Amino acid sequence: METVNTERSYLDMELLRFTTAGSVDDGKSTLIGRLLYDSKAIFQDQLEAIERASIKKGEEHINLALLTDGLRAEREQGITIDVAYRYFHTPKRKFIIADTPGHIQYTRNMVTGASTANAAIILVDARNGVIEQTIRHAYIASLLRIPHVIVCVNKMDLVEFKQEVFDAIQARFLEFSTHLDLHDVRFIPISALLGDNVVERSKNMEWYQGPTLMYLLENLYISNDYNQLDARFPVQYVIRPQSNEFHDYRGYAGRMASGSFRVGDRVKVLPSGFTTNIKGIDFWTDHLDSITAPQSGTILLEDDLDVSRGCMIIPADNGIKQGQDIELMICWLNEKNMIVGSKYALKHTTNDLRCMIKEVKYKVNINTLEKDYEDKTIRLNDIACITIRTTKPLFYDSYRQNRITGSLILVDEGTNITVGAGMIL
Amino acid sequence: MSSKVPISHLRELESESIFVIREVVAQFENPVMLFSGGKDSIVMYHLARKAFYPAKVPFPLMHIDTGHNFQETLDFRDWLVKETGAQLIVRYVQDSIDKGRVVEETGYNASRNKLQTVTLLDAIEELKVDCAMGGGRRDEEKARAKERFFSHRDEFGQWDPKNQRPELWNLFNGKKNLGEHFRVFPISNWTEMDVWQYILLENIALPSLYFSHEREVFERDGVLYAKTSFLKMKETEVAEKRIVRFRTIGDATCTGAIESRATSVEDIIREVAATRITERGGRADDKRSEAAMEDRKIEGYF
Repeated sequence: METVNTERSYLDMELLRFTTAGSVDDGKSTLIGRLLYDSKAIFQDQLEAIERASIKKGEEHINLALLTDGLRAEREQGITIDVAYRYFHTPKRKFIIADTPGHIQYTRNMVTGASTANAAIILVDARNGVIEQTIRHAYIASLLRIPHVIVCVNKMDLVEFKQEVFDAIQARFLEFSTHLDLHDVRFIPISALLGDNVVERSKNMEWYQGPTLMYLLENLYISNDYNQLDARFPVQYVIRPQSNEFHDYRGYAGRMASGSFRVGDRVKVLPSGFTTNIKGIDFWTDHLDSITAPQSGTILLEDDLDVSRGCMIIPADNGIKQGQDIELMICWLNEKNMIVGSKYALKHTTNDLRCMIKEVKYKVNINTLEKDYEDKTIRLNDIACITIRTTKPLFYDSYRQNRITGSLILVDEGTNITVGAGMIL
Repeated sequence: MSSKVPISHLRELESESIFVIREVVAQFENPVMLFSGGKDSIVMYHLARKAFYPAKVPFPLMHIDTGHNFQETLDFRDWLVKETGAQLIVRYVQDSIDKGRVVEETGYNASRNKLQTVTLLDAIEELKVDCAMGGGRRDEEKARAKERFFSHRDEFGQWDPKNQRPELWNLFNGKKNLGEHFRVFPISNWTEMDVWQYILLENIALPSLYFSHEREVFERDGVLYAKTSFLKMKETEVAEKRIVRFRTIGDATCTGAIESRATSVEDIIREVAATRITERGGRADDKRSEAAMEDRKIEGYF
């Protein structure tokens, strides 16, 4: 039985969200199964259920992949269709895994999983080395600005745990990734099947002096993952109780997208541009001194300004970009091609507006990282640089600076389906 | 200022859920929050109160009453509604049976759990609800692991798991056509442990069923059921008094009890940390087949 001590520390744990990308048969499901199993996140009845299913399918070992295949079609076809979310914790951290399928047709799922991740695990089969899919996964991690990338060279047991194999893969990865925007890349030689360097240090690879995967996940420094410099508070909802007790209360509810505010800070409200001071920061019955991303709260201002959903509160002396002509990278998520000249609904922070696609500048071949200036048809899973014009000015940061105020989605006005994921340049 | 103070994972989950609940109110005209009297819906309602304080929660709670509830659950529901000034809408499965909308299951394992889907969809149509928030969590079951925060339902109330809208960053797309609705799951990212730790942290009141008590129970297929008038016992089954509590609270006909001496939230947390069976392991409704939850969700279940 766990002690009261762990229970207390549980209240102070940090949250780390990571995504896993690998090709078919890279052992991704085995790795996730191993992390869940070794951290005791798999329960007896779940284990028994997949044991029964493995036997039914005539498989030799317990197929840990069955744990992560949630939908009937996935079990029948033995593939993963959709992003699945998994949870486990150690005494140090709580983890959310966005488990995304690796096949090319599911780029959109990888982008989805990557959008909220602090870290990405990219699996490379030691026997195959860096392949097109590795480049694709690394590119998406770079495009979506995942702060930390962990390259796990898996199946080391099948290459006799040789250091040369690992070193060659690391060198090849570093060579092509100079073209990418990755900042924190780590390499670990593992065997997910046998557990080497996953949770337990490998006895077969004494030459490797670095941390195990679990140690890294528990100790990655993530406090800097949010933009600390630029305070951004998109207003989500206006709270007006209209009760006798809180007669004049007018609070702006939202979640800090980046940075922090303190009571007394001089701020500017966009789009009006009027300046005022922060009178108070409320959360439930507490009056706070400050609010920091990613906290939700309610901000009260000293002056009575016209503030509603879609407005943004920023520091009075801090600039933010604004404009109607926006250049961005788009990942297309729909079977229906993107149409230049066509209009789409657009969601950016708490703002709803419309836009028109003006131009496709180039498309990225995500297997070679080459820019294609010829083929400008944007299909499902394509990634391209485009320009749009919005119906009213957008207040934004570049996605490089800020993952919240720099991201947007496009929605088909006929079907209401989310068709594009945009990262503002 | 130094802004490098990390926030704890519970506060981050809380902040995320509050963001989602506020998005619902901003994006929908007529939302409701589904309330079963179980701990997940109690926590979700607590988050809603935090999201809008000092204003009142700007939507009603909706309880789909199977008629097979434990009395303690109903008493708690009524106490909470009174205590917090909530609006409550109740719709009864019995009414759907009386109207001939559904046919009651028969046999020893008869349950109204599946029938609630029809009552729920009828209520959504009757009250023109465009969004129903639910306390579902992704860690509960593998079909739920693929659920979005904002989950679209067509005009028949159905879920299309293979054609879900991509959900990126914190941009939630609640756009829909007339007659369609959304299910939104604000505590998607919470685990059972998170829920209990949060109950402890926030000192949230719960129905007494969650804590250890003496009750007449009988065993069927390895599950301990409460002896109630709703569940027909076989001749071979014998009820006896045991010290039990419930890990989840649903219909009395499909919710299993566990033997436990846990009398406080701290005790329960210790028990949850040590347990090797999932919460839904005691739920007969999930044991019907490997894809039981997926099938019910496609039809429009919670």
